[in-house]
Amino acid sequence: MGRDATSLGAARSVMSPELIAQVPAGVPAKEISFQEAIREALREEMLRDERVFLMGEDIGVHGGAFGVTRTLCDQFGPQRVRNTPISENTIVGAATGAALVGMRPVIEIMFVDFSGLAMDQVCNQAAKLRLMTGGQAKVPWVLRMAQGGGAGKSTAAQHTQSLEVWYAHIPGLKVVLPPTPYDAKGLLKAAIRDDNPVIFLEHKLLYSFRGLVPEAEYVLPLSRCDIKRPGDDVTVVASGYMVWHAMAAARVLEREGISVEVVDVRTISPLDEEAIGRSARKTGRVVLVAEACRSYGPTGEWGMVVMEQAFDFLQAPIVRVTGRNTPVPFANSLEKGVWPETDDVIAAIRTVMA
Amino acid sequence: MEIPRAMLLEMHRRMLRIRQFELTAADLFKRGQVKGTIHAYIGQEASGVGVCMALRQDDLVAGTHRSHGHNLAKGADPKRMLAEILGKETGYCKGRGGSMHIAAFETGSLGALAVVGAGIPIAVGAALGFKMKGEDRVAVPFMGDGATNTGNFHEGLNMAAVWELPVVFVVENNKYAVSTHIGESAAIEDLSLRAGSYGVPGIRVDGNDVLAVYEAALRAVARARRGEGPTLLVTETYRVEGHYVGEPEVYRRREEVEERRRDDPILRFRQVLLDNGWASGADMDAMDTEISREMAEALRFARESPEPDASTAMDYIYA
Repeated sequence: MGRDATSLGAARSVMSPELIAQVPAGVPAKEISFQEAIREALREEMLRDERVFLMGEDIGVHGGAFGVTRTLCDQFGPQRVRNTPISENTIVGAATGAALVGMRPVIEIMFVDFSGLAMDQVCNQAAKLRLMTGGQAKVPWVLRMAQGGGAGKSTAAQHTQSLEVWYAHIPGLKVVLPPTPYDAKGLLKAAIRDDNPVIFLEHKLLYSFRGLVPEAEYVLPLSRCDIKRPGDDVTVVASGYMVWHAMAAARVLEREGISVEVVDVRTISPLDEEAIGRSARKTGRVVLVAEACRSYGPTGEWGMVVMEQAFDFLQAPIVRVTGRNTPVPFANSLEKGVWPETDDVIAAIRTVMA
Repeated sequence: MEIPRAMLLEMHRRMLRIRQFELTAADLFKRGQVKGTIHAYIGQEASGVGVCMALRQDDLVAGTHRSHGHNLAKGADPKRMLAEILGKETGYCKGRGGSMHIAAFETGSLGALAVVGAGIPIAVGAALGFKMKGEDRVAVPFMGDGATNTGNFHEGLNMAAVWELPVVFVVENNKYAVSTHIGESAAIEDLSLRAGSYGVPGIRVDGNDVLAVYEAALRAVARARRGEGPTLLVTETYRVEGHYVGEPEVYRRREEVEERRRDDPILRFRQVLLDNGWASGADMDAMDTEISREMAEALRFARESPEPDASTAMDYIYA
């Protein structure tokens, strides 16, 4: 189901599912898309816990802007899969209120670019209620948003941003950015079961990416990096869609005898600093890859973590590969230069190995 | 309508309690013993008490920055309220919230929120939760006149209306949003008219008449409990003190304030109780004494309570 990712202009090597094999051999598994993985997580958690319900614009019969909630309204009805008016601030505020009285809402805001409308309810209310009330309040909601861009998609400046750092900077929130169907399903289940407000960011280019997930139920831990590929010569720390570029780069460099360790951050905040530090101390050479704008983006934070945890072990300065500091322009020729490609990651690894 | 005498006395008691509490808190603030800032509810007691006396323990209220009165009206203990304002571990929020975030969850008060209108969507969500769980509880967000211009207000009213949620929106029109008179920021004088555009009934009452507020609130709450949807209730009152304690109030004439101060909701109700034979002068005096004693005890408790330990500064960030 869903379009072939090549129609989105992504390099063939980026999408190979065998790049990221996460289900051990012998475990009964099935291949599904990222979009299906999220829907399965929602369905399973709604069946498991009647307090879980969905709210968002056009998530009912329409199935959501990216089709993620397709069929869920038929299965669970319009009370539990609620279409909302265009009121982002109050959609989030209402989720907070419902969570305070014992429900477990999963809210969808169509694009992370629209989340500015809900900033107060996310950052000043939901994130802080527990602390402000001395522990009386508990706000167990998940806010799912599509983010990110890709050359050829041409959705321009207000539909393509990567804004995880906005939320990573606010204590009280958790921020998750899964790269694969396996990660998406397991982490979303964890996020729904978590008693805190969790921002769950779905890179829109990944919706049609396919991967293996176990047939049996599974949940993945939040706040733990995942070593997508162990290696000895260089550490590449990456998140979201960039993990695919990191894995593709690792595949190319393997043929040249360079052993690349890819650390998938998975939970942007609270960050698993320990795992990043451990890998950096092991290899002594670090490349950081994130799609978000360079300045004040996630690589700044990861770079300081490496400094604090592994400075004495570094053989070379840390190198970062990021999006450029610009609102995303519409024209293909301009859009193409904004985000990192596999070749950019390869070049960065060569620099740090030199 | 027939209201039990005990309830009438309790209304008076709660208004007295709020007044004494606010005077005490303001005094402590002026003497530098309360940090931060205090937004006093003086002169508005009938609005909060009239509404809260129409609610059950398990109904929820959400507040504003001016919510000492809402918490107390809903049944909060002045000892733990004062302890919170003094930043003590024994406060409702263990000293983490202070005056502007003070919340007595166990009494059904989601507490004070400093961002204007922020409690409105939250109360709407609580009502959504009640409806989804099949509970007949009601959510009541309090808000000021200024809040009726926020996105929170319009989105919240619309969502509660279209989803038929058990909400009573209470606008306490005290005429001022900090220094801005409502006439400067709204093109209509009767704020209850705003309800009509959302398909919601709008009611306007004298907010300094505790029985008028109580009766209007009772009807709105009953409507919500029956599953018939939200109501907008505007209580007309006046902010007798400044926006915060110590505020210079350069934007209004002293004559206006003093004239409005004479319309004291507590003195009015005292007279109503006496005129109707529902209470005697002796009852009133006994109540004054009782509240004074209560406040003195609260002050002693709050002062003697410990501050939170510095090592716990990072507690309660995550569940």
